[in-house]
Formats: sequence, structure tokens, C-alpha cells
Amino acid sequence: MTLLETRGLSKHFAGLQAVAGVDLAVTEGEVRALIGPNGAGKTTLVGMICGRIAPSGGSVRFDGRDITALPAHRRIRRGMAYTFQITSVFARLPVAENVALAARRHRRGADVDLAVHAALDRVGLGAHIDREAGDLSYGHQRLLELAMALAQEPRLLILDEPTQGLSEAEIAAFKALVRELAGTTTILLIEHNMSVVMETADRVTVLDLGTVLAEGTPREIHGNAAVQAAYLGTGADA
Amino acid sequence: MSDGRKVLLLHGGLLAGLFALHFVLPAYHHGNLARIMVLASYAVGYNVLFGYTGLLSLGHALFFAAGMYGMALPLHHLGLPAGWALLTGLGAGAGLAALLALLALRTTGVAFLIVTLMFAQAGHLTILYFGEVTRGDEGFVIDAAQRVLWGIDLSAPDARYLAALALFAASLLACLALVRAPFGKTLIAVRENEERVRMLGYDTHLHKWGAMVISGALSAAAGAAYGLLFGYAGATFGSVQYSILPLLWVLLGGAGTVIGPFIGTLFMFYLIDLSSDLTTAYMLVAGVALIALTLFAPQGLAGEVRRRLWRWLP
Amino acid sequence: MEIGPYFLLATLEGAVTAAVLALTAVGLSLVFGVMRVVNIAHGEFFMLGAVIAWWVAQAVGGHPALGFAAALVIAPLIVGGLAAAADMTILKRLDYDPERTIVATIGLLYVIQQVTLMTYGPEARPVEAPFGTRLAIPWIEHAEGGWRLYWPWGLSTTSYKLAVMAAAAAVLLGVWALMARTRIGLVMRATQMDRGMALAFGIPVERVYALVFGLGAGLAALAAVLIVPIRQAHYLMGADPLLLSFIVVIIGGLGSLPGTVVAAVLIGLSDGIISVFFSPTLAKIIATLLVALVLVFRPQGLFGTRAA
Repeated sequence: MTLLETRGLSKHFAGLQAVAGVDLAVTEGEVRALIGPNGAGKTTLVGMICGRIAPSGGSVRFDGRDITALPAHRRIRRGMAYTFQITSVFARLPVAENVALAARRHRRGADVDLAVHAALDRVGLGAHIDREAGDLSYGHQRLLELAMALAQEPRLLILDEPTQGLSEAEIAAFKALVRELAGTTTILLIEHNMSVVMETADRVTVLDLGTVLAEGTPREIHGNAAVQAAYLGTGADA
Repeated sequence: MSDGRKVLLLHGGLLAGLFALHFVLPAYHHGNLARIMVLASYAVGYNVLFGYTGLLSLGHALFFAAGMYGMALPLHHLGLPAGWALLTGLGAGAGLAALLALLALRTTGVAFLIVTLMFAQAGHLTILYFGEVTRGDEGFVIDAAQRVLWGIDLSAPDARYLAALALFAASLLACLALVRAPFGKTLIAVRENEERVRMLGYDTHLHKWGAMVISGALSAAAGAAYGLLFGYAGATFGSVQYSILPLLWVLLGGAGTVIGPFIGTLFMFYLIDLSSDLTTAYMLVAGVALIALTLFAPQGLAGEVRRRLWRWLP
Repeated sequence: MEIGPYFLLATLEGAVTAAVLALTAVGLSLVFGVMRVVNIAHGEFFMLGAVIAWWVAQAVGGHPALGFAAALVIAPLIVGGLAAAADMTILKRLDYDPERTIVATIGLLYVIQQVTLMTYGPEARPVEAPFGTRLAIPWIEHAEGGWRLYWPWGLSTTSYKLAVMAAAAAVLLGVWALMARTRIGLVMRATQMDRGMALAFGIPVERVYALVFGLGAGLAALAAVLIVPIRQAHYLMGADPLLLSFIVVIIGGLGSLPGTVVAAVLIGLSDGIISVFFSPTLAKIIATLLVALVLVFRPQGLFGTRAA
């Protein structure tokens, strides 16, 4: 069953076409990677999916309903979770409260504490629960973002460059976590790290200049000449 | 001791101390403290919006005055009993806040501040414009005979002090309950990073609206009580100065702390009281304090205490 | 007086208000435009200009024109200098954080106002106009045998009021020339557009800010010196110019100088004319509500086209 579907989704900023007519269909339970060179429109595209950016044209369907007109918080309530590309935790609040804010949307009382501990343990931040979020290292703040997303128990998890700034060990743990979630949670993953893409994604969509350049399994994409030329060939981010 | 018990002990201790002071204070300070507790309730209301939600309003005098006139006008002109008049005052302030929030919250930052300032200015001018019923700047005195609530004569110093304490206790505990409730915690998160809260699936606009209504209602309750307890309503309470004073009290005491508004009101009241003995230009103290606070202690007194000593301070 | 001459008189009085308002509001607009600082103490700089003008006029003595001329130079300079000092000692240290600077300028408002009360006192004091020939204005009426010219009683202005309008126009032209035609204006506009970029290009942004804050306050002081022979100097006189300047700057589009001038003329004229027909309080209520609604629904101002 298709969980997320975009039709002709477009965005132009003052004459600049950031995203042009993107059709995307993500099946329930799938891990979908979204790759492409810088400025390809990846963040703009997921911004339109989760409602941070109003599209210039096209539509978004989630769980069989057209959500194009819904504001961001209503989309999130329907079961999306979004982690920011630029870390955006509540720096002056404790780590636990950061995650609790996410958990409290559908839990109350002692249940919240359980969910907070579970989410933090899952990303390996259990030991830091009482610290102020702003005191965490950059890598740990990214993991905190991830814990906030997990605590929402989303049906669709949108991760915008989650491994940026993580150490090798943390990246390995992240891959394991995604594999663990796969099957139960649908994941849309913007990622530059090709090893993460190759090892976790079921399918890969390549975006270039705001349009879909190619789509297929990681293996197919790896062998695609056009992708090689547009993206892997330039190799800037790979 | 758990943090929760410390919080209870501190705030309960403050209220108990204020009750004990009722029996020992000399008349002059007894009267002052009654006034301070009512004004501190106003500051508590202001703090809900400014300290906890992060919205700087320069128009809260509108809600304070709405409470005062919403109480005093029906009492004075229509002979409404004091209890009902308090409710009409509260309703007037809360209703006005609910309406204005719809408009003002369409703006952010500096624009929000100017919009609230302008609405309050329009409100103040409206009080002056209808001078025949409001008596304008001169104001009107509320008869002692009308200041009776449940058989208690609120014009008597003892009853007045205890009524002021009751109001302050209610405001303080309401604020404490709010910031420990999920709604209040979400407000704090809105102050810290509104966009992130939105992307966690919360309707931040609705939360800010709710904060403004609560803040307006608390301010109006203080305004209504002030009029009833001290027997006077005047346009001055709707002027810009009465929008700036709660900001000053909260900044001094510590924005975003439950106890801060009281501390700030207490200090500033006596500072202005002492300096008005020396000069007519007593508002100079307020000006210097505002500049010094923004420069050197943006956290305020309770905020500094929280930063250095008691991290659990709500 | 009939309605026609009455209307003309109201327009003339309104034009004086508009001229002074335009100067004051352009000062406020300049500060907001370049520094993104909302200066709540702006009205007090205006008041300070008037009070210093009185002091200078007293000190100089002799022919009124002498004292007035001295005040015209000295008052804006002192006020501008004080403002620049306030910028360097207070606003700069707040990193121009929008909300904290506003709180600080509220503090500044009380400090200036209350110090003036302590030193200058609560009295309202006049400054004598340097000249003030009464100019009667003719009106035409239809009488038997055709149109004729007559001089309605009370319909007059003074040469001084006309001079105020001319002076305001000249100063505004000067400000425009400064911004559009000089190197320092270019530097200011560059700072306005992108502070970080200006810093990167070696523009001494801090000094530009101090200059702009001083210039803005100086314009308010100059406006006050011009008006003080018509309205007296008083320590509370800053409230109205502040409110009206806000109205003008917001309706004209935050930070836009031409919009500000157009709005000042409109508001100044209509303030005079509306006050003839309605109570001034009602006029102010309408104006403040209008400003609030403009900010809510049209933040770029009624005349602006770009987002503020």
C-alpha cells in the first residue's frame, strides 16, 4: 500500500525553480533514500511534504488522503515526524524534556517517562538524560533529534541528513537502528553518505535540478550512467 | 528532598509568610503589602505571556483596565453586587484578550509589541473619550457600601489584606500549576523554539492564543480586585505606564519564574516609594532599572538564583 | 467663520503639524531602517530639543532671532551627541537585539523625561519666534453683483509658520541628498541592506550606527526647535510626537523614507482637519487602531510595496 504520494509537486522561489513536478510514491514499511547533489531540491521537497513550505503546485497524499492544504502540525499529527537538517533541539531545556515534548502529544503521566527513556536508550543517549540539550556535542544533538522523532512513534519518518556530523561508530549504530525500524516504520531519508544509502535503503530516488533523475534499488542506481554523470561522477558529496 | 517538594515548600512558605506578616506589620507597610500582592498578581499574569511564552506585550494595561472598569462601571452605575462585578471584570479582560490575540498573533516580534501597544493606547483613549461614564483621568471613587463581598467589608484594612493575599495565592498557584502541566511546558518550548514545536505536531498558534487569554484573564482579575479593594477606578491604570510597569517588575524579579513577579513588584514598589519621598521624578528609578536590567541582569533576581543555586526553580 | 475659510485655516495649521511630524518621523524611520531598532525614546529626544532651545534662547538673550538661531544649531547637536552616546554605551552592548533594545529605550524614555523634570521643572515655557508677521488671507464670496474678495476675521497665518514649512522641506531634501548622493549615505544604505556584508567590506558598522542614531535624534530635536515658538516646551511633550511618528512610520512602510514623508503629510493634514470636525481623542483612537490593523494585515505599510 502506498503511504505517501506526491503528484507534480513544484516550488519556485522568485523565478528560481527549486522543485519541478516531482512524482513520488513511497510504500508502507519501505526505507526510501533521497539523494542528489547540493541544491537539487531535496530539503525543499520534504519541506513541502511535511508542510514547512507551501508548494507552488501539485499535491501531497498521505495515508490515502490529500493533505496538500493541511498546516504542518496537522500533518505531523497524522503520523509524520521530521528531523531538521540543521539541528534544532531545545538547547536550554533538559534532554529528557526535549523528548518528552515529542512523547506528550499522545501520552500522559508516567507513560511519557517510559517513552522518553525508551527513545533515548534506542539512540544511545540514555546516560545524558538530565543534561541540558545545548551542552551535548553536535553528534549527540543529532541523535537527540532522532530520539525526538522516535518518541512520536511516526508512521512516516522523514530524516534530513541524519548522519551529518556523526562519528563512524555512531553511523554504524544509526544503520542498525534504521534496519531495526524498517518494516514497521516508513522512512524517507535524505542522505549524502553512500554507504548508509546502500546498506539501509530499499529504494533510492535521485533528484537533480528539482526533478527526479532516476529511481530504483540501490544496486540499480549505483549502476545508472545518468546518475553517475550528474551526481556520483562529480563526487563532491559522495 | 525531591524537586517537587522544594517547589511546594518555597511557594507555600512564601504564602504562609505573607499570612504571618498580616499579624505583625505596622499599618503603613500592611497597606503597602496588600497593594503589592494585587499588583504582583498582575505581574504573574503578565509573566505567563512574557516570561513563559516569550511574547513581549506592551499593552497589558488594556487587560488590567478592562478588569478594573469591567468591574467598576456596572458596580458604580448599575449597582451590580461586588461578586458579580468581579466576574464581569474578569470576563471583560479575558474576552478582550481572546479577541485581540486573534489579531495581534498574526504578527511576530517587534510588530507584535507595537500592535499591543497601539491597541492599549486605543483602549486608554477610549476610556478618556467616554469621560462622562469613566470620569477620565480624574476617575471615580467606589462607595465603601458597595465594596462588600459575601458580607465581608473589603474597605477594612484586615479584610483587604486577606483578600489581596487570597487573590495572590490563587494567581501564584494557578501559574505554578500551569507551568507544571503539559500545556505550560509546551508554552515554554514555544518560547525556546516555536518552529520545532510546530514540527512536533503542536498547534503553536492555538497555544499562544491560550497563553494570551490566561495572561489577560489574570491581569483583569488583578485590575478588578485593585478597583474593588482600593475603591477607585481611573484612566491612569489604562495608560502606557501600566503596561510598562509589569514588564519592569517581571524583568527585575526574573522572567519565566513563578516567584519572580512578586519579588520584582516588592522591590520596585519600595524603590519608587522611597524615591518619591525625595523627588517628584520618581519614575527615574524605573528608567534606570530598566536599562540596568537589560544590560547587566537580563535573567532578573530569581533567574540569577536559578542559574547559580536552585536549578529546580520553576 | 464659514466652512470654507475654516477649512483653509485647518489645512494651514495641519501643514505646520505635517512639516514638523515629517522631520520627527523621518528620524525614527531612519533609525529603524538602518539599525532595525525601534526607538521608544524618540519622543523624548524631541522634547529635549525644545527644552534645550529654551535654555539656549535664555542664555543668548538679545534679539529673539539670535537665541533662536543659536538653538537651531546647538539643540540638535547636543541631542544628537547624547543619542550617539546612548547608542555606544547601551544599545551596542545589547547587540541590537530587537526586544532588549526596546526595553532599554523605554528605560531611556523615563530617564530623559524625569531628569528634565528634575532640572527644567514641570512648567511649560515659550521661546519667542525670531519673526512672526501676521498674514491675513483673503477669501472669495458670492455677493450681489458677482464674486468679491474679502478678509474673513481670524483667517490668517504667520510668516513664521510658513518658514517652518519651508525649513522642514529643505531639511528633508537635505536628508534625501545625504542618503542618495553622498558616500556616507551609501555606507548607511549598505549597512541597512546587509550588516554582515557591510562588516565584511570594512564598513565601521558600529560608528555608522552611532551616527544614524544621533542623526535620527537630531532630526527630532530640530523639529522641536522649529515648533517651540508655536507650542511651548514641557517635559511631557514627547508623548504625542512619539505616537504620531509611530503612526506615520508604520503607515508609510517601516524604514521607507518617501513613504514616511507622504504619510506624515497625510496624517499631519488630516489630524488638523479631522480635529475640526471630530474630537481630537476620537481622531487619535481611529489613528491608533488603523496603525494596529495596518501592522496586522499589511505590514509593508499602506504605501510600501516590499515586505518590511
